[in-house]
Amino acid sequence: MTEATIPFEEALAAYDPVLGLEVHVELNTATKMFCGCATTFGAEPNSQVCPTCLGLPGALPVVNEKGVESAIRIGLALNCEIAEWCRFARKNYFYPDMPKNFQTSQYDEPISFGGFLDVELDDGTVYRVEIERAHMEEDTGKSLHVGGATGRIHGADHSLVDYNRAGIPLIEIVTKPMLGTGERAPEIARAYVAALRDLVKALGVSDVKMEQGSMRCDVNLSLMPKGSTTLGTRSETKNVNSLRSVERAVRYEIGRHGAILSSGGKVVQETRHWHEDTGITTSGREKSDAEDYRYFPEPDLVPVAPSRETVEALRATLPENPAARLRRLQSTWGYSDLEMRDVVNAGLVETIEETVAAGATPAGARKWWSGEVARRANTDGQDVSSYAAGLGVTPAHVVELEGLVTAGRLNDSMARQVWEGVLDGEGTPTLVADARGLELVRDDGALEAAVDAVIAANPEVADKIREGKVQAAGALIGQVMKAMKGQADAAKARALILAKLGQS
Amino acid sequence: MAELTRDDVAHLAGLARIDLSDAELDRMVGELGVILESVAKVQKAPTDGVEPMSHPLPLTNVTRADVVVPSLGTQAVLAAAPAVEDDRFSVPRILTED
Ligand SMILES: [Zn+2]
Repeated sequence: MTEATIPFEEALAAYDPVLGLEVHVELNTATKMFCGCATTFGAEPNSQVCPTCLGLPGALPVVNEKGVESAIRIGLALNCEIAEWCRFARKNYFYPDMPKNFQTSQYDEPISFGGFLDVELDDGTVYRVEIERAHMEEDTGKSLHVGGATGRIHGADHSLVDYNRAGIPLIEIVTKPMLGTGERAPEIARAYVAALRDLVKALGVSDVKMEQGSMRCDVNLSLMPKGSTTLGTRSETKNVNSLRSVERAVRYEIGRHGAILSSGGKVVQETRHWHEDTGITTSGREKSDAEDYRYFPEPDLVPVAPSRETVEALRATLPENPAARLRRLQSTWGYSDLEMRDVVNAGLVETIEETVAAGATPAGARKWWSGEVARRANTDGQDVSSYAAGLGVTPAHVVELEGLVTAGRLNDSMARQVWEGVLDGEGTPTLVADARGLELVRDDGALEAAVDAVIAANPEVADKIREGKVQAAGALIGQVMKAMKGQADAAKARALILAKLGQS
Repeated sequence: MAELTRDDVAHLAGLARIDLSDAELDRMVGELGVILESVAKVQKAPTDGVEPMSHPLPLTNVTRADVVVPSLGTQAVLAAAPAVEDDRFSVPRILTED
């Protein structure tokens, strides 16, 4: 079954890869694209189905206004032109996941076309991905294959279909052939899908959860001999549904195409299946005439002709470009590259933004959200914001905690204890501090007495400080804090020690 | 327009999942040929400056608000299915996944 591959580097020494990516984004509209059925994920099978999405005779589709608006906003965010007039088309094929026996899609008149997305790679290089088109269509039903040993298609007796997903609006975003990527092809493919995901997420038009299938990626790849400008035969690897898999699939296909071409063979143009577990692709063995979809304009739907006023009004709703936004936030917050990357990877950007807006310092917001909470959320397998939301812990709690430290009521180690109490559900920082009796001693008399006692007990250290060795004060501060059972302000203790030994 | 061949008709019948006997194929080549000839005449009409039309009414942007309306209900949906298992339509095994 497994086909020959050659090492990635060997393939790239002789050939230039040409990438093409087709990404399907499922919109988060409340209803389907052409009927009013709900789109709730995980509903009982076939409970969100009507005559229209079931393709029953006489049913008439009507376009979802929000679906069109979302499509235009995606197009605009990808720097596309928006068609002044376009139609839907029927893509005809017989397959049980599409009960109408055609998919309502767009053919030669996509709503958006001719755009680009600038993709920033890890080292800061920017690669511009040209966008061919972004068109509207509908999703298919979901098939479950049963009777086979593994539940996969091979050996399956029959399939069970749930049409809840059939008719949910999809936007298919197709790149132009991506040239000149060289050895960075896998990385660029991944970075493009990640950038597209972030962009669509910022638009708020889709959940873009690859693991739930609301964003799906097909990878087209071909090789051409170095120096050639003639595109080679491509393979189309379907349903590569994680960022890491996109990178791996590109890498694998480069090795596979390389093996075929370098041994004098011919690449077959075909659909291939990606296997997440083994990291390889296998032939889809589709019939050669499966591509003959006999598209024609959909007679049951009238053309979509967004006015230029509508387009400009939608353009005004576009959010800041996600990459530019991160750069702006990093500079505002004064985070290092490493700190910012950690914050982004932990999914904390929005939470920190809210916390800073609520009045916390950027450093404080980062400190409290990325410490104990992140650890607990990780153990729980959740992202920090949903974990914190589940606990009822909010940005206001961080602001309050920081305020207690600034006001001199808590020192750092007390604040950490209070935060744990907040995360344990004991209430707001003030309530936790009250309940646990955590409060710095503000009685300067008690602190002064402790300082005097410690100086008296350590005459040699005291002499060193008198002679100017200020760093020796650390040992005395430790003893003072111990004597005060940790409930003192270390900075204040330090100032007092230095003053008493003539060093302030 | 190129002549419609027997192979063309067999190919189209295959795409449309229509099982035609040899005799039916022969008949269809003739019948479809007549239809294509008629269409060919229409295509000769002078249409310079005439906008193509795909819908009889001069309408655009007929949309509905994104508001949920009740679906059919699982029982009614499945009542139309030839075979049902686990509240899903049971169909012959198909080639690709998902
Ligand atoms: Zn429906």
